[in-house]
Amino acid sequence: MFDFSSVIEILPDLNKSFFQTLYMVGISLAAAIVVGLPIGIVLFVTDRGLFLENVAVKNMLGFIVNMIRSIPFIILMVLLFPFTKMITGTTIGPTAASVSLSVAAIPFFARLVEQALREIDKGVIEAAVSIGATPWMIIKDVLLPEAKPGIIQGINITAISLVAYSAMAGIIGGGGIGDLAIRFGYNRYDDTIMFTTVVILICLVQLIQYGGDFIAKKVDKR
Amino acid sequence: MREMIEIQNLVKEYKSKKATVLGVNNVSLTINKGEIFGIIGRSGAGKSSLLRCINLLEEPTSGHVFVDGVDLTTLKGEQLRQARLKIGMIFQHFHLIRAKTVYENIAFALKANHKSPQEIEVRVTELLDMVGLADKRDAYPAQLSGGQKQRVGIARALANDPHVLLCDEATSALDPETTQSILELLKKINRELQLTIVLITHEMEVVKDICDRMAVMQNGIIVEEGKVYDTFSDPKHPTTQSFMKSLFQFELPERMLKQCQGTIVKIHFVAPQAEEAVITEVLRTFDVKGNILHGKIEYIHDNPLGILILELIGDGAEVQRAIDYIAKRTHRVEVLHHV
Repeated sequence: MFDFSSVIEILPDLNKSFFQTLYMVGISLAAAIVVGLPIGIVLFVTDRGLFLENVAVKNMLGFIVNMIRSIPFIILMVLLFPFTKMITGTTIGPTAASVSLSVAAIPFFARLVEQALREIDKGVIEAAVSIGATPWMIIKDVLLPEAKPGIIQGINITAISLVAYSAMAGIIGGGGIGDLAIRFGYNRYDDTIMFTTVVILICLVQLIQYGGDFIAKKVDKR
Repeated sequence: MREMIEIQNLVKEYKSKKATVLGVNNVSLTINKGEIFGIIGRSGAGKSSLLRCINLLEEPTSGHVFVDGVDLTTLKGEQLRQARLKIGMIFQHFHLIRAKTVYENIAFALKANHKSPQEIEVRVTELLDMVGLADKRDAYPAQLSGGQKQRVGIARALANDPHVLLCDEATSALDPETTQSILELLKKINRELQLTIVLITHEMEVVKDICDRMAVMQNGIIVEEGKVYDTFSDPKHPTTQSFMKSLFQFELPERMLKQCQGTIVKIHFVAPQAEEAVITEVLRTFDVKGNILHGKIEYIHDNPLGILILELIGDGAEVQRAIDYIAKRTHRVEVLHHV
């Protein structure tokens, strides 16, 4: 049965876990945008027939992205332990979990960016080339503004996936709401806490989805 | 007259897994400074490939393209970019940046030429006045009509004072009225800026309305080339002739041919005879009756070009003399039907 008093009792823990989750998602989302966006752009502009066509770069980058994406997250986390330790000095806690979350999120978001850029009418890019625009101008003034709604949706999807992945990080002591759910719900068979964490996760995801859709619609001039 | 564009032995191949298709097959063409040159052809004729090779949007397989004396096929990267600043291009589907306002779309072209914000402000205002869109400055492309979008496209293409304007089916997505207004605008900028314009189209009307010279393309080759009036009055190649039919659509109904009592002749007029009263003279001089069945006169650069289908009724020999007389005084006479 749902035991309200045990929720009150766990409230400080819940509060702390919630902010740990936001912290992990925030850091890895930032890393995904800062590193994944340029990678996504490079994947697109080096494609055949585009203004920086370069098959070697395209293939190599594509291979690395696919490789990371093909590793299940839980295994990637373990695989990255030495790397995580090198960077953060530890392998547990939200900061350590953020490393593997970032590594997973970067190629994921890069592909979403590439996809969003593919939606742009090729003619608009061609028009910019015919004007005599530099590659940098085309990226800054054509590709990014034209793909902005799609890229925002990509950030949205990445954030939601990160919430799910961050819960997985809980398995190896990453902290956050997932960690709480496993400790209480799985190890102690506490259905109330389990249920509460699930509700929180659902609310968080709905909020991200709603906010992302709202912004994407706002910037869409089509 | 100085040549502005010189295309030499241009070949463009498209390779696919199955076969190699020749989009442009060894085309040589000279386009003079300040003229409006039209390339007409059906879809797949290679006209679009040819046009896109002029600013190297497509890299020619072989051959040379000189624009204002510079061989573009030898340029790469930054040099090619600089050359493109002086070659404007407009498109069938406009290709404006949808996330940017009219102002920003035009400013984009000036930024490519490293203009300062002050210079951009002045120039964009000037361009918007020229294309008649001063009030749409802050509108987004989605809020504009097709004709207005093309005007923005033209303003953008002219931003850096190009020597050449390439028009890729620029009016094909527009309704006839809007097409006329865009053609008027192109004519105006051609006159006022001494701008060389190359346009491709599948519409004879467009060529008729604004071009000085024209080329007809088919299967990657130019099959006919010349002054528009000469080509229209005397089309030589079957493709040109079939394009002419779209302009002079003259099919008499079967019933008419069966019913008529006299000889039916098709008379082609060209300037200056088209302005003389040949038919009146014939009917006065010879003992024949005339009955006009069909006719049309087009004006190309103020020169008339006409076709008239006439039924001549009378004594056989007299009719023949009338036909001979007409043949002498007009461009060409065809006898369509004898009694």
